[in-house]
Amino acid sequence: MIWGTLRLVREGFSLDVRFDMPGQGLTALFGHSGSGKSTWLRCLGGLERGQGRVRIGDTCWQDDKVGIFVPAHRRPIGYVFQEASLFPHLNVRANLLYGWRRIDPQQRRVGLDEVVEWLGLSRLLARRPEGLSGGERQRVAIGRALLTSPELLLMDEPMAALDAEAKAEIMPYLEALHRRLSIPVIYVTHAVEEVARLADHMVQLRDGRVIAEGNALELLSGLHQQPAAGEEPGAVIEARIAAHDDVHHLTQLSLAGGLGLLAPRLASGEGGMVRVRIPAREVSLSLDVPQGSSILNILPGRIVATAEGDPGRVLVQLELEGVYGPGPRLLSRISRYSWDLLGLAEGMRVQAQVKSMGLARDDG
Amino acid sequence: MTGVVSPADWAPVALTLKLALVTTAILLVLGTPLAWWLARTKSRLKAGIEAAVALPVVLPPTVMGFYLIVLLGPHGWIGGPWESLGWPRLVFSFPGMVIGSVLYSLPFAVQPLTQSFAVLGDRPLEVAASLRSSPWDRFFTVVLPLSRPGLLTATVLAFAHTVGEFGVVLMVGGNIPGRTQVVSTAIYDHVEMMEYPQAYGLSAAMVAFAFLVLLVLYTLNGRTGARP
Amino acid sequence: MKRIVLFCFCLLVAGTARAGEVDVAVAANFAIPFAAIAKSYTRATGNHVVVSIGSTGKLFAQIENGAPFELFLAADTRRPNKLVADGLAVAGSARIYAIGRLALWSPNHDVSHGAKALRMAGIRRIAIANPKTAPYGAAAMQTLDHLGLTEAVHPKLVMAENIAQAYQFVASGNAGAGFVAASQLKGNKKVPGGFSWLVPDGMHDPIEQGLCLLKAGAANPVAKALIHFMASAQAAKIISEFGYGVPVR
Repeated sequence: MIWGTLRLVREGFSLDVRFDMPGQGLTALFGHSGSGKSTWLRCLGGLERGQGRVRIGDTCWQDDKVGIFVPAHRRPIGYVFQEASLFPHLNVRANLLYGWRRIDPQQRRVGLDEVVEWLGLSRLLARRPEGLSGGERQRVAIGRALLTSPELLLMDEPMAALDAEAKAEIMPYLEALHRRLSIPVIYVTHAVEEVARLADHMVQLRDGRVIAEGNALELLSGLHQQPAAGEEPGAVIEARIAAHDDVHHLTQLSLAGGLGLLAPRLASGEGGMVRVRIPAREVSLSLDVPQGSSILNILPGRIVATAEGDPGRVLVQLELEGVYGPGPRLLSRISRYSWDLLGLAEGMRVQAQVKSMGLARDDG
Repeated sequence: MTGVVSPADWAPVALTLKLALVTTAILLVLGTPLAWWLARTKSRLKAGIEAAVALPVVLPPTVMGFYLIVLLGPHGWIGGPWESLGWPRLVFSFPGMVIGSVLYSLPFAVQPLTQSFAVLGDRPLEVAASLRSSPWDRFFTVVLPLSRPGLLTATVLAFAHTVGEFGVVLMVGGNIPGRTQVVSTAIYDHVEMMEYPQAYGLSAAMVAFAFLVLLVLYTLNGRTGARP
Repeated sequence: MKRIVLFCFCLLVAGTARAGEVDVAVAANFAIPFAAIAKSYTRATGNHVVVSIGSTGKLFAQIENGAPFELFLAADTRRPNKLVADGLAVAGSARIYAIGRLALWSPNHDVSHGAKALRMAGIRRIAIANPKTAPYGAAAMQTLDHLGLTEAVHPKLVMAENIAQAYQFVASGNAGAGFVAASQLKGNKKVPGGFSWLVPDGMHDPIEQGLCLLKAGAANPVAKALIHFMASAQAAKIISEFGYGVPVR
C-alpha cells in the first residue's frame, strides 16, 4: 500500500531502503538514533528529497525516472513532529484550524468538535502555545494534523521530548488512535515499549538499512530479535481481560488457545484487549509442574527453537499449548548448565513459569 | 523679521516625510526577498552580496553621493543611457533622491530582516507545508507574523535613517529650495545664513518628530509581546 | 551712466514680463551677502531667486553631473573658468563679482595696528585656513611673507580646514588670533568684539570670486538680468557692506 525505494546520502550517513507497508494499522519505524528512521519519514512526507520512488496506493508521490515529485504541501499527509512545533503567533484554536482551512471543504472528513472532544482540548482552545505543558502541546499537534483529513498519518518520535508524566498522559490517546482511525499510521520511535504498545507492523532499521520487518508482535517476540541497548529480550503477547479479582488485586487474562494468565490488577474494564511483555529472564522452565511454588503462572509448552545468548546462557523459544490449540510463543533464558542438567532438547514438552510481566498496552 | 518657522519651512518637512515614506516602502518591498535569500541560501555568492549590502554603512555619505551623481548623471553609465532614452533626469530630482536614500539605508533595512528570518529556522515552514500551505502562503501566514519584531526594526531604522540623511541627499538632490531641499539640508542652509532661531526650531521639530515615531513603534512592538 | 541705463532696461523688461525665476548655486561663504542681493533684486523686479547653498567644490561636481542650476557663484575663479572651458557655461560669461578681503582678528589682543603684533608673546596660537586648499589661507601666508614675519610666527600657526573653521578657532579661544575673511567680521548679525586689522591690497594675490552663466540658464532672461544686477551700484553697496571688495569696471 505504501511502497517504494529511497536512497539518500549525506556526510557520515546513508539511507537505502525498499519498503511496502500496510495500508492500515500502525507501522513502527524502529531503530537507534541515527539509524535513518526520521529521514525516511521526512522523505515520505516530502520534507526531504531522497532518490527513488514513493507510491501510496495508486497515487505516485515520487518517481525519479519520470521526474515526479509531489511537494509536501500537496501530499495528503498529517505530520506530527517531535517537538509539537505549534505556531507561537496563533492560539490553540487557530493552530488546530490552520490546515483544516486549507483543504477543500469537500475533502473535510474530520471536524473540529470531534477532535477537540476526543483529545480533551476544549479548555485549551483560547490559550497560547507557550502556556501549555508538553503533553498538552503534543495533543494539539496531533489534533492539528488530523484536522487535515489526511490519508496517511506520519509521527516522528512524538513522545521523545516528553517527560514520563506527559508520556503517560498521551499514551492512551495514541493507543486509541487504532480504533479511531481507518488511515494508516507510520510511527517513528527508538523506544521498544512504544512499539510494543502501539505497533501492528514493524520495520527495524540500523545504519540506514532495514534489518527486520514484519508483524510487530512476532518480531518483538522472536528468538533472533534485536533489542535496543539496555533492553532485555522478551515476548509481547496479546490478551483479553477475562475478569478482575478485587480481593486479591489480580486480573485474569485469557490468551490464544484458551490459556490463562494472572496479572496484577489492571485498570481496564473486562473484555478489554491488552498487550503484555514478558521478559525472557522472568520465564524459567521445569520438566514437571512444580508443587508448592509461589509463582502463579505455570503454562505448558513445547520447545521450538534455541539460540546462544551470553556465554553460559541459552535463549529458548517455546510455543505454549492451550486447550483449544496453540498459544502464544514465549522466550525463556536459562543457563547452559541447566539446559544440560535437565536434558532439554528442541521438541520437548516443558512447563514455563512466568514470574512477572509488564503491561505493554491497555486499550481500556 | 518673520516668525521662527516660516511657511517656506514646511516644504522641506513635507518633502522629508515623502522621501522617508517612499524609501521605507521600497526598502520593505525589495529588501524582504533579498533578506530571505540571504538568510537561507548556501550559495557561494552570499558573502559577496552581504558585503555589498553592508557597504553603505562604512562609506562616507558624501563619497556615496558623489559616486551616485557620477553614475546617475547625464554622463554616467546608468544616467547616460537613461537620458538618451528620453527619460527624465534622475539626479537633482525626487526619484534620484529616492535612489540615493534606498541605497544609503539599505543595510539598515536588510540586516534586521535577514537576522529575523535566520532565527526562524526551517521548522515552522515544514510544519506549515505539512498543513497544506503553499510556499507563498507560508511566507505570509507564518514567516511574516513570526518576523514582526524584525520587520518593525527594519521599518523604524530605514525611516529614521532616511529622515536624518544629509550628505547623500545634499549631493544627489542639490538642496534646491522647494524642489529637493529636505529638513536636514534646510537646517544646514539656516546655519550657513546664520539664521539660528530657524535652525534651532527646525532641529527641535525634527528631533521631536523622530522621537515620537520611535516611541509609537516601540510601544507597538512591546504590546505584541514580541522581543526582537 | 551706461550701467544705470542698462539697469533701467532690465527693470523694464522684467516689469513687462510675468514674474520669472532663476536657480542660483552660491558658494557657502557668500550665502549671506547674496541673500541680501537677491532680496533687493526681487523687490526691484518681482522675479524670484531660488538659492542653493553649498561648497564650491561640491557645487562644481554637481554641475558637471547635470545639476539644473542656471547661475553659479563660486568662491574662486578657477571653477567658473573650467566650466566655460568644459562647455557647461556660456562662453564669455565668466566674471568677477566680489573680491575677498583678508582681515587679522583677535578678541583679546590688540592687532589693530598690523600683523607685527603677532610676534607678541601673549599670542600663542594663530589660526589660518589651509593655504593649500583655501584662497584665504594662501593669502594669509602671502601677507606674512610680504611682511617678513613668516619665520618668527611660523611655530605659532594652527591650520584650519577652511576659513569658517579658522574663524571658529579664534572665536572659541583656541587660537589667540587668526586670519579670517573680513566678511566674517562684518557679515555677523552680532558684530564680534575685539581688535581687527584689514589687510591692505597688494600684500597678497587678490581673492577673486567669480561667477558664470550656466548652459541651463542660457535662455533665461532673468539669469542674465541678475548677472547685470550683480554689477549694479545697489549690489555694490551690499557687497562692500558685507566686507567684500567690489571689482573695478
